[in-house]
Amino acid sequence: MTSELDIFVGNTTLIDEDVYRLWLDGYSVTDAVALRVRSGILEQTGATAAVLQSDTMDHYRTFHMLERLLHAPPKLLHQLIFQIPPSRQALLIERYYAFDEAFVREVLGKKLSKGTKKDLDDISTKTGITLKSCRRQFDNFKRVFKVVEEMRGSLVDNIQQHFLLSDRLARDYAAIVFFANNRFETGKKKLQYLSFGDFAFCAELMIQNWTLGAVGEAPTDPDSQMDDMDMDLDKEFLQDLKELKVLVADKDLLDLHKSLVCTALRGKLGVFSEMEANFKNLSRGLVNVATKLTHNKDVRDLFVDLVEKFVEPCRSDHWPLSDVRFFLNQYSASVHSLDGFRHQALWDRYMGTLRGCLLRLYHD
Amino acid sequence: MPGKLKVKIVAGRHLPVMDRASDLTDAFVEVKFGNTTFKTDVYLKSLNPQWNSEWFKFEVDDEDLQDEPLQITVLDHDTYSANDAIGKVYIDIDPLLYSEAATVISGWFPIYDTIHGIRGEINVVVKVDLFNDLNRFRQSSCGVKFFCTTSIPKCYRAVIIHGFVEELVVNEDPEYQWIDRIRTPRASNEARQRLISLMSGELQRKIGLKVLEMRGNAVVGYLQCFDLEGESGLVVRAIGTACTLDKLSSPAAFLPACNSPSKEMKEIPFNEDPNPNTHSSGPSTPLKNQTYSFSPSKSYSRQSSSSDTDLSLTPKTGMGSGSAGKEGGPFKALLRQQTQSALEQREFPFFTLTAFPPGFLVHVGGVVSARSVKLLDRIHNPDEPETRDAWWAEIRQEIKSHAKALGCHAVVGYSESTSICEEVCILSASGTAAVLNPRFLQDGTVEGCLEQRLEENLPTRCGFCHIPYDELNMPFPAHLTYCYNCRKQKVPDVLFTTIDLPTDATVIGKGCLIQARLCRLKKKAQAEANATAISNLLPFMEYEVHTQLMNKLKLKGMNALFGLRIQITVGENMLMGLASATGVYLAALPTPGGIQIAGKTPNDGSYEQHISHMQKKINDTIAKNKELYEINPPEISEEIIGSPIPEPRQRSRLLRSQSESSDEVTELDLSHGKKDAFVLEIDDTDAMEDVHSLLTDVPPPSGFYSCNTEIMPGINNWTSEIQMFTSVRVIRLSSLNLTNQALNKNFNDLCENLLKSLYFKLRSMIPCCLCHVNFTVSLPEDELIQVTVTAVAITFDKNQALQTTKTPVEKSLQRASTDNEELLQFPLELCSDSLPSHPFPPAKAVTVEKASPVGDGNFRNRSAPPCANSTVGVVKMTPLSFIPGAKITKYLGIINMFFIRETTSLREEGGVSGFLHAFIAEVFAMVRAHVAALGGNAVVSYIMKQCVFMENPNKNQAQCLINVSGDAVVFVRESDLEVVSSQQPTINCQSSCTEGEVTT
Repeated sequence: MTSELDIFVGNTTLIDEDVYRLWLDGYSVTDAVALRVRSGILEQTGATAAVLQSDTMDHYRTFHMLERLLHAPPKLLHQLIFQIPPSRQALLIERYYAFDEAFVREVLGKKLSKGTKKDLDDISTKTGITLKSCRRQFDNFKRVFKVVEEMRGSLVDNIQQHFLLSDRLARDYAAIVFFANNRFETGKKKLQYLSFGDFAFCAELMIQNWTLGAVGEAPTDPDSQMDDMDMDLDKEFLQDLKELKVLVADKDLLDLHKSLVCTALRGKLGVFSEMEANFKNLSRGLVNVATKLTHNKDVRDLFVDLVEKFVEPCRSDHWPLSDVRFFLNQYSASVHSLDGFRHQALWDRYMGTLRGCLLRLYHD
Repeated sequence: MPGKLKVKIVAGRHLPVMDRASDLTDAFVEVKFGNTTFKTDVYLKSLNPQWNSEWFKFEVDDEDLQDEPLQITVLDHDTYSANDAIGKVYIDIDPLLYSEAATVISGWFPIYDTIHGIRGEINVVVKVDLFNDLNRFRQSSCGVKFFCTTSIPKCYRAVIIHGFVEELVVNEDPEYQWIDRIRTPRASNEARQRLISLMSGELQRKIGLKVLEMRGNAVVGYLQCFDLEGESGLVVRAIGTACTLDKLSSPAAFLPACNSPSKEMKEIPFNEDPNPNTHSSGPSTPLKNQTYSFSPSKSYSRQSSSSDTDLSLTPKTGMGSGSAGKEGGPFKALLRQQTQSALEQREFPFFTLTAFPPGFLVHVGGVVSARSVKLLDRIHNPDEPETRDAWWAEIRQEIKSHAKALGCHAVVGYSESTSICEEVCILSASGTAAVLNPRFLQDGTVEGCLEQRLEENLPTRCGFCHIPYDELNMPFPAHLTYCYNCRKQKVPDVLFTTIDLPTDATVIGKGCLIQARLCRLKKKAQAEANATAISNLLPFMEYEVHTQLMNKLKLKGMNALFGLRIQITVGENMLMGLASATGVYLAALPTPGGIQIAGKTPNDGSYEQHISHMQKKINDTIAKNKELYEINPPEISEEIIGSPIPEPRQRSRLLRSQSESSDEVTELDLSHGKKDAFVLEIDDTDAMEDVHSLLTDVPPPSGFYSCNTEIMPGINNWTSEIQMFTSVRVIRLSSLNLTNQALNKNFNDLCENLLKSLYFKLRSMIPCCLCHVNFTVSLPEDELIQVTVTAVAITFDKNQALQTTKTPVEKSLQRASTDNEELLQFPLELCSDSLPSHPFPPAKAVTVEKASPVGDGNFRNRSAPPCANSTVGVVKMTPLSFIPGAKITKYLGIINMFFIRETTSLREEGGVSGFLHAFIAEVFAMVRAHVAALGGNAVVSYIMKQCVFMENPNKNQAQCLINVSGDAVVFVRESDLEVVSSQQPTINCQSSCTEGEVTT
């Protein structure tokens, strides 16, 4: 006796959260059944393995049918085939678009292209996440990217509107899209200590301050080929950053800056002497990062540079985080007292964001 | 020109990409009704076209309005080649033809294609302007309301219940026409869908005409079925119960415009109507039709019949002789006379209802059924379907005579079914023989009904159990005792019925689903030989099914079966029998005796030991079941009986000793070699298997109950959380081990595993009950068995369930308040004018808590934030006639839909399971969409009447036909009603009066 056909269809579509998770994690039906057996469900319910098998198959089939709709979540809301309560719809969408930290760290900043997709095998082996799950997560990134790529307006809002994600998840996706668009390097060994959250935090600051959308410039001519307002860095701003060069190139200015900072921080910093000794190097590093941002290559290496030029030197001198904060605050603020320096607004736009990023990046 | 149909095509959405180059679609719509077609403009390059068309107007006869479906086709415009069809929507406009149902159909309909399934949605608005037509000879029957519900619909009152209406229409099946060889599968499927839609429209119109002739205005318990007879044609047949219904909320405005006014109805007594059935079937006498059907038919169309009453397990061939005693008690005789006068004019005093107004059902005799094996022949003249008519007439005659033998004049809970395999067809009919209260059958005035009901309500609580036949001249051997409730009348020891449990019946403990399952191998044969073989097997199958049912009932410690449905399915090389029923312990019937096992070889010591071991196991099971289903009758029966009988103890002891002695009688019977249901003889391995299978039925896991009736006896506090589902399983038998035993085991496992799976899947709903569990078996191929189950799971409140009501009064109160709106509403009218300020608030407060189950489910539903963007309203579906915790405020019309789905890429669609899963989900979606478009939010009395699945994996093909029906309704949550009622003092009073009444 073999079961040829075995289905269960409810007027309200039954969603088993546990099975959904197993499905999302890319387990085959057989593996999922084995995992469920191990969870002790048979003892709890008195069911047999055959019942579990049939149940799992059923749910997998339902999820498979739902997947097409999940690719465009508004469709899930308007479709008539599956009657699903709104709270369940939200759960389905949210879980489908959720991603693994380990996976996103591998892909973050990479071009979401076929080439990367081919590397998913390696990522799967490396992270222990099933290839199927890797594919889903990668395709999600790519799909969101494709949809919001050409759109104007707030990146987070666009994502939320088209994918009905929670605020938190939409922000994460904004970061992923932003990183993919600007191809920031995140995979280098020295960046391995950083979490996705660190990068997402930086992305949010950069989107808020360094993009065209950030300055609220509405395109005057609708036909002009404007860049995507939230996804691309403000080119003009990057060009202007060259003006900051003077802060390190002009020796008088650099000395003045240093003395202002040192005067203000004397006695307040545990690592004062190290700071004093390193000031010029650190300042040079931070300003040089700014001036190089006109080159795409250097934009990509932004995080590598920040870690190399600032985080690592401070860390090797064992600066506590509070000292880093004192220093960066004073370092940014003191520039306002440099009479010869005329680009105060530009400096604030640059340093305000950078300070936030550096503080977030500064940890072990 | 009595009607104008107006259609507007508003928009489409989620259309499929039809043009690969642009990834878009140039869609337009054809709107067709009858032979007239309109087209919208082409909406270029969009998957979400906004046609916003003008109103397309069709001027049509109301006859066409009833028969024809509105046909909407969405196409992709193609400049160079033929336009590609995207899909279709068929809209049955019948609901717009009743004056009080829906007024407009408006909403999003799934665009359906028989090859691709649902492909986007289309927004359509449909209206009908009807003109009055006083032509007496018209062929239409607009205005007659149809209900699938097998009880009086909740917001109506039955003025008169006229009786049986039936009709059938036949046609050639387009799939078997010569043209099918050259047309595409899509064209063939669409031709079939359209034809069936047309035929069911015609059938409904013809039934409506009969109802008008009977001076009714509605059909209740309307059941329409298709017989796919293959080469020989397509039969669409329907049965129902004609009624005159009166809307409760607005009594004045209930009659449809084209119907005769109610006064006139009273002047013309129904009885004078000569013969309600003559018109449809024409002068078709059995004799005539036998000459009509092709010549050898007489020789092999053997009939197998049996009257399946309580204990009569052997087919009663000579039962039609009318041996029933005519001299019962004086009361009985009087009743009989009255009923006789009301029923005798009728050709068939049958009622498809399964639940009745209080007082309607006087006595129940038992189950009557008849089966007949026929050989199908090509229907030569579709306009005169006399052969099929005659077949059914024969069977109905037999049912009628069986009922008569049981001293009954009517059959209630009546249904008909067929099973077809190649050219052999088994026709089956079954029902419950009953004695009815004549007052409902004639011009029962409202007052009359009420008074009488109030008078009889209490005394008849056990009345339906009392035997209608004469005890001295019983049609079968039965053990009679005095009723355990009233002590005045005789009752049988076991009662089988096809109806729902009467609301006023006193039940002890809970009920449970009881199934008998059976397979019999049969040699493959042709035509006549095949029919003969089947005819010969049928009586044995019926006998065994009944033995199994009886044994399982005893094993559960129960004494009555309700909702009994025995399905015999014929296949190429086997016959399958599946009987489902809900077992209960009726307080009025005696405690069932246990099951005794007897061996044939008493000298063997180890054998004896084995027997006694088995006996112990059985006794343990019975004890366990009694505990599980909370059956503890002795204390309760004595408590209840206490008052009316002076010396209760002595009496009951006496009775019990009688029942004990009856057990001895059965043992005596055994010694005479007569096999009785109580005693299992283990004389061969077969019998061993039987005993084993008896014990292998696993009870549902704790927190689960199941029944196949509307409600579960003993559970009263339903929450509003319901889940209707359909589950289908097909197993392939390995041809090697095809013995009866192996077959039985496979079939048994299939059913048991299916139930286990359901329990597992629905575990989140615990505590919960599966209600209206409906199993259907079919044998699509040689080695395939298909079982389809539709049921609804309802969560109940455990806290209240624990304090299960001990007194029947409280029980009936609760049940009444949860489901039986009729009960609620009869008294409404009584009280509302006489007692406008009835001071009952405290009573109300108490009962409201019980009546409106604000369980977790309800709460959860409400707290869920409504999705802001969603345009899709929730539509509930249930096979029950009510929605727990809610009140049905309006019936919008009948939903009767037929779909075909076919695929030539089975593997790509996820194999057979993926294919059927998607199709059933689509069918649900289409039903919901139609209900929503009518303005409804639920389908009640939903039933999947057919699910015919055929596959050809080698060709990567599969096809499935599904037929569903139900009543579209609007319901209001009781919790919402309360808000209203607190604002409106009149309603408040009404509900308090209700309570006052019910508690009396």
